[in-house]
Amino acid sequence: MLTISRELVDAIVAHARADHPDEACGVVAGPEGSDRPERFIRMDNAERSPTFYRFDSQEQFRVWRDMDDRDEVPVVIYHSHTATEAYPSRTDISYASEPDAHYVLVSTAFDDPQFRSYRILDGVVTEEDVKIVEAYG
Amino acid sequence: MAIEVRIPTILRSYTGGAKAVDASGATLDELIGDLEARHPGLKERLVDDSGLRRFVNVYLNDEDVRFLGGLGTPVADGDTVTVLPAVAGGAR
Repeated sequence: MLTISRELVDAIVAHARADHPDEACGVVAGPEGSDRPERFIRMDNAERSPTFYRFDSQEQFRVWRDMDDRDEVPVVIYHSHTATEAYPSRTDISYASEPDAHYVLVSTAFDDPQFRSYRILDGVVTEEDVKIVEAYG
Repeated sequence: MAIEVRIPTILRSYTGGAKAVDASGATLDELIGDLEARHPGLKERLVDDSGLRRFVNVYLNDEDVRFLGGLGTPVADGDTVTVLPAVAGGAR
């Protein structure tokens, strides 16, 4: 299960809406071992595409080094689908390589944005419940 | 001195869980060959017949090697090579 604050859900959805019809992407970092998303990091989609996203490799390097310095990990890796369901595509699955991350998909294809979370490990997708909280206990 | 290679979580099964390992070589290609000798299986996760796999980013110090010389990029003692999984995907 992904437990995430309302504020972070709103920030992710707002980013997805702002970049629609292109796919939006980013990370929420959190303390290593905590499984708690805390620090919202909006990333550039280097592809600027409605059907594909890729973190800019130089930006990713800086962000990952910054997380390392803070003893953080990417707790959430999110991106949007802008014309299809919030379900991982074959491309999403083939690239997924953070075994401990929650892969969040937002779909902006509908009036009410879908917000769903998955574990993706060795090509196997497992959807998980999302618990939205006002604050972490 | 050697070249420090930083290994992402997903590939640490090849390094006995180590976050960073040492290797040597004059180019990135040689370095990856040396890594393979020390940690069998790692090379296949980094390169294929056409060069660096698109699923990984490799950095020399803080520069993506795709913007340097790819596998031919010269490396030297004291350098740090970082491997990160590329983060990408999309609806298609």
